[in-house]
Amino acid sequence: MVTTTTRREEAWRVAATVTDPEVPVLTIEDLGVLRDVAVEGDRVTVTLTPTYSGCPALDTMRDDVVLALTAAGFGAVDVRTTLSPAWTTDWMTDAGKRKLTEFGIAPPNCRAAVRQGPIRLRLAVKCPRCGSIDTREVSRFGSTSCKALYECRACLEPFDHFKVL
Amino acid sequence: MTHADSHDDPHGAVTVDELELSAELAGDTDAVATKEVAEYALWLGDDALILSQQLGAWIARAPELEEDVALGNIALDLLGHARSLLRYAGTADGRTEDDLAYFRDEPEFRSAWLFEQPNGDFAQTIARQLAASAYLFELYSALRLSNDVTLAAIAEKSLKEVDYHRDHAVQWTLRLAGGTDESRRRMIAGVAAVWPYVDELFRDEPLIDELEGIAVRPSTLRAGFDAAIDTVFTEAELDVPDGQPSSAGGRRGSHFPALSRILAEMQVLARQHPGATW
Repeated sequence: MVTTTTRREEAWRVAATVTDPEVPVLTIEDLGVLRDVAVEGDRVTVTLTPTYSGCPALDTMRDDVVLALTAAGFGAVDVRTTLSPAWTTDWMTDAGKRKLTEFGIAPPNCRAAVRQGPIRLRLAVKCPRCGSIDTREVSRFGSTSCKALYECRACLEPFDHFKVL
Repeated sequence: MTHADSHDDPHGAVTVDELELSAELAGDTDAVATKEVAEYALWLGDDALILSQQLGAWIARAPELEEDVALGNIALDLLGHARSLLRYAGTADGRTEDDLAYFRDEPEFRSAWLFEQPNGDFAQTIARQLAASAYLFELYSALRLSNDVTLAAIAEKSLKEVDYHRDHAVQWTLRLAGGTDESRRRMIAGVAAVWPYVDELFRDEPLIDELEGIAVRPSTLRAGFDAAIDTVFTEAELDVPDGQPSSAGGRRGSHFPALSRILAEMQVLARQHPGATW
């Protein structure tokens, strides 16, 4: 039993090194996309959840998980995807948020619940470059499903914001 | 993709890993839909697929670059919903999502006429988006409580995205209706063009009686939809157009004429090169 647990931890550690192809500083663990790793005998089953329904990065992440685990000596690798519970930016780790900021992307600025209900509270998005909160949304939709396009009025730089979902 | 006859194919033995295709799809991979649940999943999946295909035509043609990106992203979300729903529908008789998308003919589609309405100008697309996303928001909110766990999971996931789509449509409706005389004229014309096709979304077809607790009864969504639209139209100083609802029958396979052209464009590549991949 001890062996299985250690193998599971080992498999989790390997799967957790896989990064998002669009945001290479984030691992699938930082993102909260890696949901589960199970080891049964020679077989590893990894469960991922998509960020957005149509996100094409999921295909790459799945292939990368298989490659990483195979390279680490795991035999049969099975990657499953699940929709439930639905992914939320609330699952993003603090380390992930810090790495996003360093990469030039403003991390999610509030918990998902703030976006629900009839009264939508609009919280400021901090510029990842100069730290100013004097920013404005240019477009709710950005270079990928998960991002919006912002502009900083203080340093005049455009930047991506990882939308709250 | 179908590949059973690949050895006879002039394009060579192209094989597609069917397991890989279905594995990349979100959803409960073990669940198998009954015939009735599959039919219902086709209603929802075809609505999303046809709307996604149409919105894709805006890329590089929208009024501004940000709108190319916005409509492209909305189309991508809808394609994700369509893939999950069609994959689930296909479990009933062993067809893949691609079989269903590319190798069904018009009478076998189950999309409602609202989703088949042409893009028109930008204002008409926004009017269609407003009606579609307000409806989908109510639908997925209710479908989260379905006794069918796969449908409930797809609904829970889709709802969060449709919430963004609805907001996008509302913002543009307010802006166009309250903008210049020309933008207001076009917004009013856009609403007038698509509103006859709203009624079909809320009709209870016989199938619904067989799916108690699983499907959402369309007529129950009308009040929520009307309330949401009323709030937006009051703010935008728009009127709900009166007039006869259309004779639409998309759920029974009788479609708006524009669907045949949409399908021709969407399906031609897959039909000319069955099993092709890249």
